Amino acid sequence: MEEKYLHYTPQDFKSDQEVRWCPGCGDHAILSSVQKALPEVSKVLKYNLERYVFVSGIGCSSRFPYYVDTFGFHGIHGRASAIATGVKVANPTLSVWQITGDGDALAIGGNHFIHAVRRNIDTNILLFNNQIYGLTKGQYSPTSPLGKITKTSPFGTVEHPFRPGELVIGAQGKFFARSLDIDVKLTSELMIEAAKHDGTSVVEILQNCVIFNDGAYDYITDREHREDRVITLRHGEKMVFGKNRDKGLILSGLSLKVVTIGQGGFSMDDILVHDAYNPNPGVHMMLANMEFPEYPVALGVIRNVKDSTYDDNVRDQVLEVMKDAKIKCVDDLLNSGETWDV
Amino acid sequence: MDKQKNVQELDEVVVRFSGDSGDGMQLTGTLFADASALFGNGVNTFPDYPSEIRAPQGTVGGVSGFQVHLGNQKVNTPGDYCDVLVAMNPAALKANAKWVKKGGMIIVDADQFNEKGYQRAGYKTIDAVTELNLQDFKIINAPITTLTKESLKESGLDNKSIVRSKNMFALGMVYYIFDRPLNFTEKYYETKFKKKPEIIEANKKVLRDGYNYAGNIHAIPNTYTIKPADARVKGKYRTINGNTATAWGLIAAAEKANLPLFCGSYPITPATDVLIELAKRKDLGVKTLQAEDEIAGVCTAIGAAFAGNFAVTSTSGPGLSLKSEALGLAVMTELPMVIVNVQRGGPSTGLPTKTEQSDLNQALYGRNGEAPMVVIAASTPSNCFDFAFQAGKIAMEHMTPVILLTDGFIANGSEPWRIPSMKDYPAINPPIVPENTENFMPYARDEKRLARGWAFPGKKGIAHRVGGLEKDFIKGSVSHDPMNHQRMTDIREAKVQRVKEFIPEQEVYGDKEGDLLVVGWGGTQGHLLTAVQEMRAAGKSVSLCHFNYINPLPRNTRDIFTRFKNIVVCELNMGQFVNYLRINFQDFNYHQFNKVQGLPFTVVELVDRFNKILEGK
Repeated sequence: MEEKYLHYTPQDFKSDQEVRWCPGCGDHAILSSVQKALPEVSKVLKYNLERYVFVSGIGCSSRFPYYVDTFGFHGIHGRASAIATGVKVANPTLSVWQITGDGDALAIGGNHFIHAVRRNIDTNILLFNNQIYGLTKGQYSPTSPLGKITKTSPFGTVEHPFRPGELVIGAQGKFFARSLDIDVKLTSELMIEAAKHDGTSVVEILQNCVIFNDGAYDYITDREHREDRVITLRHGEKMVFGKNRDKGLILSGLSLKVVTIGQGGFSMDDILVHDAYNPNPGVHMMLANMEFPEYPVALGVIRNVKDSTYDDNVRDQVLEVMKDAKIKCVDDLLNSGETWDV
Repeated sequence: MDKQKNVQELDEVVVRFSGDSGDGMQLTGTLFADASALFGNGVNTFPDYPSEIRAPQGTVGGVSGFQVHLGNQKVNTPGDYCDVLVAMNPAALKANAKWVKKGGMIIVDADQFNEKGYQRAGYKTIDAVTELNLQDFKIINAPITTLTKESLKESGLDNKSIVRSKNMFALGMVYYIFDRPLNFTEKYYETKFKKKPEIIEANKKVLRDGYNYAGNIHAIPNTYTIKPADARVKGKYRTINGNTATAWGLIAAAEKANLPLFCGSYPITPATDVLIELAKRKDLGVKTLQAEDEIAGVCTAIGAAFAGNFAVTSTSGPGLSLKSEALGLAVMTELPMVIVNVQRGGPSTGLPTKTEQSDLNQALYGRNGEAPMVVIAASTPSNCFDFAFQAGKIAMEHMTPVILLTDGFIANGSEPWRIPSMKDYPAINPPIVPENTENFMPYARDEKRLARGWAFPGKKGIAHRVGGLEKDFIKGSVSHDPMNHQRMTDIREAKVQRVKEFIPEQEVYGDKEGDLLVVGWGGTQGHLLTAVQEMRAAGKSVSLCHFNYINPLPRNTRDIFTRFKNIVVCELNMGQFVNYLRINFQDFNYHQFNKVQGLPFTVVELVDRFNKILEGK
């Protein structure tokens, strides 16, 4: 009996390649979150190392597969979702992880991304969102805020950004979670949740680009304000946040509203309980779209809904048809239908 | 039935069915072809249909045609010009009259030749015979719509269904003229409409009424018969078109390699039927993924190849353009894959339903960087099976993407095919890396083929990374070393050229030396062969060298070329293959014959051109 999956350590997932991201890049922390999560994923899902495949596109984040000592495929720009889909359909027993960035997944690869989500193919997509093109040295991305000044928008961008969570849920996504690069513990936790979920799991990781977009997330990452400006959601728990755990979310009309518990007549009983498993995407969409300063930014597993997966459906359909098939080999096929003898 | 008819025996005959794209002409033609194939004739067909599904009714743009060539020998083309044209309306006549042999027979549905019909088809007058100059043709004016209504007035069918059956009335008439048995077609109705007995009966009645009508009118003095071909190899036969043969050949390769077949593809005319045929074959474990676009089609295939499936993608010209970046990735990662490109008229959207051979340059060179790839071309509807199989074998054994070129002509054309047995096909042995291979190096190669190993994810002890960045010569890790890049570029080219040692020598039809060598490639084979046969029968020193293996070229190619006084390269493009030959064999002088009209060659124009070359013109 091979029970290697019980005994992995983060070291087992480190390749011999020198990690080449800039010093201080958020990607270092994410890499270490993944290397920490994988032994746990292996234990929970009973996966040996050879079952992992990391697939990426192009961009800083897409160097990732070289640094994990598993099977890996460094693809071409934007196409990681398609390549990962092929890997998973070809061999559904593999644990497929897609590493991508805001440019790779949402600009050049937007089409593949939404269709992977729509199909609900069982892959885990780690979307590193730094709101900038890093590898090409600082052009705006589809998640850069309106007005952002970059090399290709010297007077500020004039286009509205995508919100990845909105896109995922809009494409009928069943799993969406969010973390911060610096929060290795939460990121690792979300990786494990993503791996456990059958279907496309998208984890957006807000990541700092130290060279071209430094400080983009300071408003939520700096220690002083962090707890007041983010809310970490957990299924079944009250949506409470703040340094003093005295703020919470309620439903007011058709919108979410931040209230202070004990003020304005609001008590803990009024605060919403997070139901990540609710198939109705309404509240999930509102949570995913919360932006500072009106709201805290939502972290944790925002949506986690069970549904059939593409790869299972493909396999089941093939097995179903094969069961009663009259044609069992190519010779049968060639001789099927209208034939005649000479 | 009139048994006094005067039956004349013919060696071959060409019939063209034409009508509105909703008139069912493709089915009518197919039934006629199948009945003739079952009767034992040599058969070759070609559909000619518009790219609009339903162009405005009655217009020339909406005319759909289907040509059938029958013979008492094997026939290799659908025929240049037809002996009999069936035209279901004025538009069909206008579009197709130029394809009828002088003095040929034209059957028209007289009911449709009214003012409205003429107007829709854009006639200047209401006299087709004069306007189209058809005085020398034998025109049968049959009120087909009226007679069909009359035939089915007690069938219980609604008026729309009744009128829709008029193609079967016309088919019945053609069956009478060519002395075809009705039972094959009747059997087709019985299978097709199993659950609708009233439709079976109605179709049978219309077919028979059409047959009898043709026998009763005195406008058709002669009927004809074409004897079954006698030189056929014994065996079991079926009809097959190129797209189905391609799909089945790919499945055969997967079976011989004992690997699952994965097809990632996106619908595109005229290649869609490859995907459709594969999608039907879940019974053989085939996985098809209709992707969100052409790029996803090829990229899912690359992912599937990495994961250890025999991966394929199918497309046509514009789709190949979209796939080109990913094909470079397949070259770089040295993964096996077959890309089927069913060529159509280009550039851009071009002529989607018409045939052309103008994607050769794209197949050979259409990628960034030095990205050599094996290119092969099927040349008849049925040999699409063999070359799809070969493409799979080469891809998997040599660890390279292979482009298989077919075209709209052979993809949609069909012919009788002697059903092969899979035991006669060779094994396919991909270099699959065993689990726990010691010191596994992803880019280590076997000396014979220069192919790297195929290491499937999920197998123990061989975890590795591949990707689009340049690879270290052995380890496969990223390398920017200048000499390594040179070495890798050299070996990727050498690997493709090494395929030369594993493909058969090029064959020549006719004498091995002489005055003129006709050179072609791909789907023009039937026409070139027929032209060369005609000229040889007339005592001319002409041979045919028709290529299926394009890159690499067969090893004896130069040797063949040296033995002829003249070489003419014929292709349906502006000269892509001839220029490729000029690059490879610079010491020959090539004549060229090119046609870019969205149409196949005609035998007549080929023979004419070859004679001129022989005469030194």
